[in-house]
Amino acid sequence: MLLLKRGGKALLQLRQIYKVFNEGTPDEKIALDHVNLDLKQGDFVTVIGSNGAGKSTLMSVISGKIFPDLGVVKVDGKNVTQVSEHRRASLIGRVFQDPMAGTAPSMTIEENMAIAYGRMKKRGMALGVSKKKRSFFKETLENLHLGLENRLEAKVGLLSGGERQALSLLMATFTEPKILLLDEHTAALDPSRAELVTQLTKEIVEKYGLTTLMVTHNMQQALDLGNRLIMMDQGQVIFEAEEQEKEALSVDKLLAEFQRIRGEKMSSDKAILI
Amino acid sequence: MPTAIFTSVEAGFIYALMALGVYLSFRILDFPDLTVDGSFVTGAAVAAVLIVSGVNPFLATGAALLAGFLAGCITGLLHTKGKINPLLSGILMMIALYSINLRIMGKSNVPLLAEETVITKITDFWKSLGIDDGIQAGLAAIGVSNFIPKTWAVIMIMMLLALVIKFVFDWFFKTDLGLAIRATGDNETMVKSFSADTDFLKIIGLGLSNALVAFSGALIAQYNGFSDAGMGIGMIIIGLASVIIGEAVFGAKNIIRATIAVIGGAILYRIIVSLALRVEFLETGDMKLITACIVVSALIFPKILDKQREKKRRKKRLARAQEKDDAAFEERGQSLAAVKTDL
Ligand SMILES: Nc1ncnc2c1ncn2[C@@H]1O[C@H](COP(=O)(O)OP(=O)(O)O)[C@@H](O)[C@H]1O
Ligand SMILES: [Mg+2]
Repeated sequence: MLLLKRGGKALLQLRQIYKVFNEGTPDEKIALDHVNLDLKQGDFVTVIGSNGAGKSTLMSVISGKIFPDLGVVKVDGKNVTQVSEHRRASLIGRVFQDPMAGTAPSMTIEENMAIAYGRMKKRGMALGVSKKKRSFFKETLENLHLGLENRLEAKVGLLSGGERQALSLLMATFTEPKILLLDEHTAALDPSRAELVTQLTKEIVEKYGLTTLMVTHNMQQALDLGNRLIMMDQGQVIFEAEEQEKEALSVDKLLAEFQRIRGEKMSSDKAILI
Repeated sequence: MPTAIFTSVEAGFIYALMALGVYLSFRILDFPDLTVDGSFVTGAAVAAVLIVSGVNPFLATGAALLAGFLAGCITGLLHTKGKINPLLSGILMMIALYSINLRIMGKSNVPLLAEETVITKITDFWKSLGIDDGIQAGLAAIGVSNFIPKTWAVIMIMMLLALVIKFVFDWFFKTDLGLAIRATGDNETMVKSFSADTDFLKIIGLGLSNALVAFSGALIAQYNGFSDAGMGIGMIIIGLASVIIGEAVFGAKNIIRATIAVIGGAILYRIIVSLALRVEFLETGDMKLITACIVVSALIFPKILDKQREKKRRKKRLARAQEKDDAAFEERGQSLAAVKTDL
């Protein structure tokens, strides 16, 4: 019933997404194997899975960094399967694993904010950081509680990894994209910083009611955040839990579930081989 | 000697526009664009041919600027759409432009000495204002009457032009479009993730860079009184030398500072070269070698200085540690002595 509260509109639809790398070579790797996924307005889905499961590839297919070999990607009802990365980015906010990837180091905090602010508009000859925008940026930065609002003219390259990642998160979200993609965005931070960015993620997603897909290698984090959880393995979604079902989960149960499904799959693979 | 420096500064202001273009591609876009050697001549060729055929020199210079813009855009297209690596895109365009420039001029050299050019126009205009006489009288009053340049027109107007371009440059790189171009050179992934077309931004950036270079070429042709197919050889290194010297001498902590540094660097470069050429055994043909040496030393010297500073610091630290050791030793000696006397 909680689903109704979140509005039934499907914001992200993935249908039969298939992606293979190095096809026809000994290195051939099916990264995504007919993946289906629907995110409704306000859904916050956490994604877990072993290394090489295809989580990052899934994010890249959604963001348009790579195109799927088969399947359809729809954002807010529009088919964007073949739409270029930068064009799609007006609908999709992203934070990367590498804290250096989400900001421009030789530019100031306010200039970085201005670039993020430009997501929705055509970039023209208006001043990037006008007085009005500056006070808006300042106000927005206060939400991070890091004091960055007082360092508007500091170069982003001077910030610590945690500060940069927090800023990246803010920049990806304050223009309220339709979909937010987070790919292990706390993985490169030390535990206390990671905790901080996780907390901020929670606050910001709630504040703007963002429809979010978050990859994490931290099972506890996957359980603590969001209303849905999916587990991936070998390019497939092998387990899903939502709402109460998810709330009832624990790390141990998840691990047990993973072993069970994997075991089943292996024996069925064997059956095919025999 | 003063005259040599005077003309160095004069030409320096004109070459500064080219250096700003090189700063745009090398530093802002992080794109080592070698188109410059060709587009500088393209600017000169277009302006010269149009002027000879009777077009207003200001219009002709504007057309040169546009031609440079186009050349830069093509380099950008080769790189972004053709997926050719930056250095190769620039070299290909430079080579192509060599032939194109010859086609534009119809021969390898177009003289402009008898023509009305931007330089003659501003000189005439300046003379009509009668400022030269004033300055000359002022100089005589403070006792430097032995130094009398033909006119102050070129140096003054070109300084004004360089400053105006600097301010427009600074302003542009604070607009939404300008910020996006800067960010493209800084972190392309990030700019893409904020829905900017980095291909387009690179193309525009390279276009603007080469527009400045061609503008400079057009003015140099009119200043020197000819356009020549070979006048662009090594231009990219001269531009780079100006940028590096400027940054080293004046600092470049932000764009506003960097643009003034680049202009200063272009002038300093001219002065260094003219002084070097006064050395007995050096000839005009040695200029490229001198330039290469300047760039190499400008690249290496800061590193050597850094190392020396680091060495000094280490020595100091060692000395301090040594002192501490000595003090501790002495203390021990004293206490030993104390023990001895106790005995
Ligand atoms: N660009 C690529 N070229 C070749 N193989 C790739 C590429 N990207 C990913 N892969 C392969 O696809 C599989 C899935 O990778 P990825 O999506 O990064 O996994 P995850 O993020 O879940 O750890 C891996 O086996 C990986 O080696
Ligand atoms: Mg990954």
